[in-house]
Amino acid sequence: MLKNATAIVGVGQVEFSKNLGRPERTAACEAIGAALDDAGLSPADVDGLVSFTMENTSEVEITRNLGIENLSFFSQVGYGGGGGCGTLLHAAMAIAQGVCSTVVCWRARNRSSGGRPWAQTGNRVAGDFQFYLPFGLLRPADQVAMLARRHMYEYGTTCEQLGSVAVTFRQHAQRNPAALMQKPMTLDDYMNARFISEPLRLFDCCLETDGALAVVLTRAERARDLKQKPAYVMGAAQSTGPEHVVMANYHKPNFLETPSVYAARDLFAMAGVTPADVDCAQFYDAFTPLVLFSLEEYGFCKPGESGPFVEAGNLAWPNGSLPCNTSGGSLSEAYVHGMNLIIEGVRQIRGTSTCQVENAQLSLVTSGAGVPTSAVLLASEA
Amino acid sequence: MSEAMAPTAPVPLPDPDSEEFWAGCKRGELRMQRCTGCSRMRYYPRPMCPHCQSMQSDWVTVSGRGTIYSFVVCHPPVLPAFAEKTPYAVLVVELEEDSNLRMVGGLLDHPVDEIEIGLPVEVAFEPLTDEITLPQWRVAKPS
Repeated sequence: MLKNATAIVGVGQVEFSKNLGRPERTAACEAIGAALDDAGLSPADVDGLVSFTMENTSEVEITRNLGIENLSFFSQVGYGGGGGCGTLLHAAMAIAQGVCSTVVCWRARNRSSGGRPWAQTGNRVAGDFQFYLPFGLLRPADQVAMLARRHMYEYGTTCEQLGSVAVTFRQHAQRNPAALMQKPMTLDDYMNARFISEPLRLFDCCLETDGALAVVLTRAERARDLKQKPAYVMGAAQSTGPEHVVMANYHKPNFLETPSVYAARDLFAMAGVTPADVDCAQFYDAFTPLVLFSLEEYGFCKPGESGPFVEAGNLAWPNGSLPCNTSGGSLSEAYVHGMNLIIEGVRQIRGTSTCQVENAQLSLVTSGAGVPTSAVLLASEA
Repeated sequence: MSEAMAPTAPVPLPDPDSEEFWAGCKRGELRMQRCTGCSRMRYYPRPMCPHCQSMQSDWVTVSGRGTIYSFVVCHPPVLPAFAEKTPYAVLVVELEEDSNLRMVGGLLDHPVDEIEIGLPVEVAFEPLTDEITLPQWRVAKPS
């Protein structure tokens, strides 16, 4: 059984920056070193590594730098920002099956100084890309805006409701010294910002960040004897849904469905809990509409009710019914493919968030919903 | 700017599955792949039918009529090849033949602030290169 078999026992990160000034590989080593220090472990304890297929630093570069003798488990999760919580699932499975004992999951990405992937689109586009990039649907913002527009049409969702997500997460970021966006933002500021891809405006889009983060997982029995309060992996799931086209996922029977609805089903089934049991959530927020879709698909709202739910202040710390993205999220803390969301989910269990939910026992973290996705439930008790 | 430096839009690279789709566009026909096992059309083209797993398929010409299912209006920054077009619209069009057939495409000759979901559109073939013609869309004239 995977439920509560493992725990996150260490977290580490480098500073978030617009220009880190050092290579991703260097930052990866620093973040992993910090996570092991945090756990009270050393590289000699590590026998597994998991990252993203988009990660530029290989496992063997990590082992050569950290002096890890051997990896008995290593894997990579695909689909960019959908993969973050998937790295934890892979690690937890490998540990629970006895393939390895202690795994580091990491992501290092100079996404700000390194440029925008869409701006490097080639002159010839093959595979799925041939059916949408040539028409100018180039950027992730465009691809997500297409879903947002239809959500507005079907349910009456408004720009102001999307804006309330951005404003709320900014308020959370202002309490977090590590967050990149400390400047206050009002709904007027949000509405007055320029359009990027209508109906989305500038502050519907996440930051562009250089950063590196790592977490350490080990067996639950061992976790109890380590330095930090464990964040037990109570549930973890990956999902694709049907007829998936990465980012331009417009061809499954239900246009507005994302892979999250399948991850949610399996996640809560594994954990044996319901959305009502969740104390706080970190939803993958590369764009504000993804938060609305996730609120519905993870079962916190009925379809179509996420707009009024966010507008009523339910995501806000400390008084909302479900404080979300309590570090500021990808919109206002940093955008590193959601690894910062995982670490914030752990902080909530440890009681060390700068927007700490009182007595948080169950913490949900999700990964990107516009692509094959993943999610975890972290718990304070096994 | 010299011609060699002129910004080029991304050009589709046909593959064995999509060759007939793009060849049809060049001829001025919107072609859809159809399973010869269960007769269902599918888009994007692919080797196997997801409904009956048949590997056999043929191609049919569809009407090229549909309705706007969703749309976006793109503002800068975009690729240089699209910069002069901003703000420009991109649609998802639901084809009249089958509500499960949806295509991404641009909208020609229509103000971006007068687009609505549900508006009837018809395909408009726009040459991009000597080889590739894009299936774009125009608002349908009332019949």
